[in-house]
Amino acid sequence: MEQRTVDLMQKRLKRRYAAERRFKWYGRISILIALAFLLLMFINIVGKGYSAFQQTHIRLAMTLDAEDFPSDISDAEALFAADYSGLIKKALRNRFPEATNRRDKRALYQLISPGASYKLRDEIIANPALIGQTVEVWLTADDDVDMYVKHPPKGDAGGEPGTQRLSEKQRTWLEQLRSEDRLAKHFNTTFFKAGDSREPELAGIWGALVGSFFTLLVTLCLSFPIGVGAAIYLEEFAPKNKWTDLIEVNVNNLAAVPSIVFGLLGLAVFINFFGVPRSAPIAGGFVLTLMTLPVIIISSRAVLKAVPPSIREAALGVGASKVQMVFSHVVPLALPGMLTGTIIGMGRALGETAPLLMIGMMAFVVDIPGSLFDSSTALPVQIYLWADSPERGFEERTSAAIMVLLAFLVVMNAAAVYLRKRFERKW
Amino acid sequence: MRAAEDTTMETTNDQAAGIPGGTQKEDEKLTSEAAIETVGDITVENPRIQCHNVDVFYGDKQAIKNVSIEIGRNEVIAMIGPSGCGKSTFLRCLNRMNDIIESCVVKGDIQLDGNNIYSKSTDVVTLRAQVGMVFQRPNPFPKSIYENVAYGPRIHGLVDSKIDLDEAVENSLRRAGLWDEVKDRLQQPGTGLSGGQQQRLCIARTIAVRPEVILMDEPCSALDPIATAKIEELMDELSQNYTIVIVTHSMQQAARVSKRTAYFHLGELVEVGDTRRIFTNPQHRLTEGYITGRFG
Ligand SMILES: Nc1ncnc2c1ncn2[C@@H]1O[C@H](COP(=O)(O)OP(=O)(O)OP(=O)(O)O)[C@@H](O)[C@H]1O
Ligand SMILES: [Mg+2]
Repeated sequence: MEQRTVDLMQKRLKRRYAAERRFKWYGRISILIALAFLLLMFINIVGKGYSAFQQTHIRLAMTLDAEDFPSDISDAEALFAADYSGLIKKALRNRFPEATNRRDKRALYQLISPGASYKLRDEIIANPALIGQTVEVWLTADDDVDMYVKHPPKGDAGGEPGTQRLSEKQRTWLEQLRSEDRLAKHFNTTFFKAGDSREPELAGIWGALVGSFFTLLVTLCLSFPIGVGAAIYLEEFAPKNKWTDLIEVNVNNLAAVPSIVFGLLGLAVFINFFGVPRSAPIAGGFVLTLMTLPVIIISSRAVLKAVPPSIREAALGVGASKVQMVFSHVVPLALPGMLTGTIIGMGRALGETAPLLMIGMMAFVVDIPGSLFDSSTALPVQIYLWADSPERGFEERTSAAIMVLLAFLVVMNAAAVYLRKRFERKW
Repeated sequence: MRAAEDTTMETTNDQAAGIPGGTQKEDEKLTSEAAIETVGDITVENPRIQCHNVDVFYGDKQAIKNVSIEIGRNEVIAMIGPSGCGKSTFLRCLNRMNDIIESCVVKGDIQLDGNNIYSKSTDVVTLRAQVGMVFQRPNPFPKSIYENVAYGPRIHGLVDSKIDLDEAVENSLRRAGLWDEVKDRLQQPGTGLSGGQQQRLCIARTIAVRPEVILMDEPCSALDPIATAKIEELMDELSQNYTIVIVTHSMQQAARVSKRTAYFHLGELVEVGDTRRIFTNPQHRLTEGYITGRFG
């Protein structure tokens, strides 16, 4: 008698289910490994970088004698010229009169950042009424002090390498300040407002952020229309022949070209030949456009290919011309995918360093760039530059800048997901 | 009739060269006998469409073999035949829908009102507005029901005002027997309709353009008898002014709606003639076999 299917299949059924379970476990394990690495990276970066979001300040009683200032205190320009670092030094001497010889005085002055006087200046210019009074002012501490406060030495061994830069005397003074509540960590606004600086406590990422923004703006404005246009043409209008095959192969190859090559090309073509300003976001934007274009073209073509042919038939069938078919039926369906591809391409461009180094966007730029033609750096380049600096204060700033960069990447990827969800036609 | 040099037009695709020779062996495998001679009268008194020696290739696979047939003015002609015999392929030649299939090459001569539709001077957009098509699989646009029907009239400038457009949409939907079901949800997506409703939506979309020739590829395959009757009524009405070519697997339907019937078999046109005669007195043994249900 013939056996029934249900009996025959039993033997294999167990194996089939086992295969399924096995596969599920493979999946889970690989996801777990990926998550573990991600977590490790985050812990490492956040652990190193979170302290950069705070900056040590020292509170001093500043006697703003009228005689230290020009007579006409309403004249901002005259106020500008006053000796603010002298004021700070005086305040320090007042607090610690025991520092009398020159060496001690110098050590004392080193507690306060050289940039503190600028802040004081701006505050007084903004509020000249303070002159003549004695006010308590929080002043930015030097990076050595900052490191000493953030990473206090353990025991008497002298502490970690960075803290050894402070002398015995300086530490005593700091402890005195601390006991008087004159030493505190505040949120580090400088980090988000300033450009680069030689002094870690004065360095910020705003300049690099603006540079990156301008660069990406150029990249987006060029690569999206060109890339999507090229993809639409190649996919929908170009005849399918040897030439378009050749173009396709070349576009795919371009996507795989190491980015530094694009940097060299940009240097040779844009800067040396066309005279685009060096180190400027516009040059960076051009170079990153070259790099992003193939990515956008390839991803856009893929989504165009994925639009079901029945939609094209339907449009052509009622007598739509090719352009009408493409732009009112195919492109709307492909647009979310194109946007996603573009944003992912932009994310890559945001994190790109090598080609920018080639075109001189690694210069030390203190000023915040005001236009596409000003010298500037970009976020990843800034990270690279800081990572290269010996000061310990830059170490935590490197990690902090990485956190900012990652935050932007996460935001961009979230935007990609959002756009896809928002414009996706589920019907 | 056209001059002789016009009779072998090729489509734009360049793969055509050398294909027919290479497939001779395969052809012999497919049909045990070589080149079937079409039985019945392929000509009509007042032809709208004339096809002569049409061959269609998908890559190097021949899907239509040397088909010649004329289709009359105000005629409803049914195309029947076993699955995969090339009915859809042939139908799609008539409005050059095969142009968009890359591997597809059409050879031979197809004339609409005496003009070769594959000649360079033919405007394919005009042709497709003139020769409308309802596809085998319902393919509504991923847009609202209203937009689906309004699209054709709008791009062709058939209406002047929003009111006219509304009217055209309603009229088309009514004639396709869909109006009552969708009149309260015109702004909802057309792809959210049931299979049968989508099929009628596609019919409404096609007739909204007011084509003079309508190609219908199994327009009732997903419809219940009531909706089918409605569509058949529509075809009846349209045939007063227009030419209709319908592909169907239902011989009852062919018998009900068509005046002439063409029977296809493995890419060849086996028999064509008066519908009543085909069903009562098929001449070719393949036709007879199909009609009597011996295969197909
Ligand atoms: N796009 C295509 N590419 C390659 N071969 C195709 C393509 N479309 C159809 N064919 C082939 O051409 C032949 C005829 O197909 P066609 O769709 O015309 O059949 P049909 O008669 O409409 O069948 P059905 O009744 O099942 O719809 C089939 O053998 C099919 O495999
Ligand atoms: Mg078919």
